[in-house]
Amino acid sequence: MAEAAPLVRTEGLTKTYGDHVTTTVLKGIDLVLEPGELCALTGPSGSGKTTLLNLIGLLDRPTGGRLLIQGLDARTLDDDARTTLRGRTLGFVFQFHHLLPAFSAEENVMIPLFAQHGRPQAWMHERARALLAAVGLAERMGYRATDLSGGEQQRVAIARALVMEPPLVLADEPTGNLDTQTGAQVLELLRSFNRELGTAFVIVTHDEAVAERCDRIVHMVDGRVDSDTRVSERALILEK
Amino acid sequence: MPFELFIALRYLKDGRLQTGLILAGIGVGVGVIIFLSALITGLQQSIVERTLGSQPFVVVRPPEEMPRALASDPAALNAVETQRPPQRIRSITGWEQVEALLQKTPGVVAVAPTVSGPAIAVRGEAALAIAIRGLDIEAYSAVIDVRKRLVDGVFNLSGFNAVVGTELARKLGVGVGGRLRIQTGGKPETVYTVAGVFDYRNTDLNERLVFVSLRGAQTLFGLEGGVSSLEIRGTEIFGADALADEIRDRTGLIAESWMARNGDLLVGLRSQSSSSVMIQVFVILAVALGIASVLAVSVVQKAREIGILRATGTRAASVTRIFLLQGAMLGTLGSLLGIAIGTALALLFARLATNPDGSPTFPVALTGWLYARSVGVALTVGLVSAIVPARDAARMDPATVIRNG
Repeated sequence: MAEAAPLVRTEGLTKTYGDHVTTTVLKGIDLVLEPGELCALTGPSGSGKTTLLNLIGLLDRPTGGRLLIQGLDARTLDDDARTTLRGRTLGFVFQFHHLLPAFSAEENVMIPLFAQHGRPQAWMHERARALLAAVGLAERMGYRATDLSGGEQQRVAIARALVMEPPLVLADEPTGNLDTQTGAQVLELLRSFNRELGTAFVIVTHDEAVAERCDRIVHMVDGRVDSDTRVSERALILEK
Repeated sequence: MPFELFIALRYLKDGRLQTGLILAGIGVGVGVIIFLSALITGLQQSIVERTLGSQPFVVVRPPEEMPRALASDPAALNAVETQRPPQRIRSITGWEQVEALLQKTPGVVAVAPTVSGPAIAVRGEAALAIAIRGLDIEAYSAVIDVRKRLVDGVFNLSGFNAVVGTELARKLGVGVGGRLRIQTGGKPETVYTVAGVFDYRNTDLNERLVFVSLRGAQTLFGLEGGVSSLEIRGTEIFGADALADEIRDRTGLIAESWMARNGDLLVGLRSQSSSSVMIQVFVILAVALGIASVLAVSVVQKAREIGILRATGTRAASVTRIFLLQGAMLGTLGSLLGIAIGTALALLFARLATNPDGSPTFPVALTGWLYARSVGVALTVGLVSAIVPARDAARMDPATVIRNG
C-alpha cells in the first residue's frame, strides 16, 4: 500500500526578491509537515519565517525548489487552482487579525465558506455560529470586527481559519499583538483545536514560551533551517 | 444572495459618504442628460409638428414646362437661346392613377389631391393677395388635420363656402357668414361665404391661405377635373426625403419633401442635436471619470481586505466581479436618481414658461425610451469605468497587500 503524502513537503525551496538588486530570503528549505502537527517556526527577524509561511500558504510563489501540498506540486497549479486549494486546505491567522471591518464577526467567519459558492446560507450561518461559540464569542456574533477587543478579534480570526475544516492552519505571530494573558488564551485555543480536531498548525513566533508549548520547533537563521526539534527530542536533550 | 453581490453591497454601504457623493454626481449628470434631451427633443418635436401642421410630408406636382426647340437640324440648336416660360397652373396628367399608385407605395399613410394657386380676395375697397387651397376636407384631414386649427364657424367647404385665416378676416373685416370676392387671372370674380376662420399661429399663413372646395378651385383656375398637386402624409417624419426620392423615381413627377422645403429649419435642428450630443458626451465622460476615481480609491483603500479575501479562498474573478458590480450598482442607482432629478427639472421648466393658452413654451418629451437609454448608458458607463479598478484589484498580490496594505 502506498504511503499517504505528507501535508506539506518542501524540497530546496528558495525565494528571491527584486529584479535588479536581488535579495535571497530563502536559501533552500527542506521541510516535511505531517497532519496534526503543532509546529513553531522561530528565528530572528529577517530569517525568512513569514516568507516561508506565505509560500506554504500559496500566497506567494517560490523562485526555486518544489512545494507539494498533499502531494500536489504547487508549480503545476494556475491561480484559480491555487486559490481553490488554499481555500480548502489552508487557514490563516495573522498577527493583526486582518478581519474585514465592514462585516460582523459572524460574517467574517462565513466568508471563506461563502467564497466557495453553492453552500446553503442557513448551513453557513450555523457553522459560523458554532465556531464562534467554540472560541467563546457566542455573545459577540453580531458585533462588527472593529467593535471587538484585540483578543476577541484574534479569536474570530481563528474561527475564520477553521471554518473550512482545513488540515493545516498557518498562524503568523498570532499572539504577537496581544497581552500575555490574552496571548496565552489564544495559544491554548489553538492547542485545543489541534488536539480535538487534529488540525495541524504552523505558528510563526518570536516568543519562546509559545514555541515551548508546541510539539515541534523549526528554527530558521538567514533563510535556512538551523534546527528542527520535536518535543520528545527536546526532553532527551534536557535530560542530558 | 451571491457572494460577490453581498460583498459589493456591503462595501457601498460601508463607504456611505463616498457612495452618496458619487451617486449624487451620477444623479446630477444623468439628470442633466434627461433634462437636456427632454427639452431639445420636445422643442424639436414641437417645431416639426408646427411645420407639419401646415405642410404635408411630400408634395407631388407636375413637371415644370420647358421650351422645346423644333429645329430639324441639330447643328442649328447651337445658336438657340432657350428661356424658361412662365409656369402656369397645370394638372397632374392621370392624377387618379398616380394617386392610386401612391396609396400603394410603402411609407405612405394618406394622399390628398389639391388645387393650389394665387388669387386676390376683395371686400369693398380692400384687396389682398391670397393663396387658394382647393381640397376635399375628408381626404385632406388624413394628411394635415386642418380642422383642429378652426377657431370660429365650421370647416364647411361645400358649394361657395370658404374657410379663411384670422389675419385675412381681420384685414378684410369679414367674419363667419360674411362674403368676399375672389379673383383669379382674368376670370370673373366668384363670391364666397366665410364658413369658418382658422388660426395657424403663423401671420403669413393666416393672412394668405384660403380653403375652398376642390371643385371650386378647379373652376377658379380652369382646371376642371384636374389637380395641381397630390399631398402626402408618410409614416416617418424624417423619412420624407427618401419617400420623395422613391415617388420621383416611380412617377417621374416633381416630389418635394418637407425637409427639402425647410432646409434652414433642418440645419437648425441638426445643429441643436449636435450640440446636445456634445454636452451629453462630456457629461457622460465626467460621470465615468467620477465612478472610476471612486472605485480606484476604493481599491487602494481596501487593498489589504482584497488580500485577505484572496487568502481566504476568494478567486481573482470574484474580486473582479465585486468591483464590476459596484460600478454597475452605482450606475443603475445613480441613473434612477438622475431620472428623478431630470424629470423634476423638466416638468418644473415646462410649468414655469407657458403660452397664453396654457401650453408650455418649452415642451418637454419625457419618454420611456429616454429613461431606458439613460439607465442603459449609466449602467454601461458604470461597468466600463469599473473595469480598470476591478482588474487592478484582481491582480493584487495577496502576500504583498496583506503585509503592506
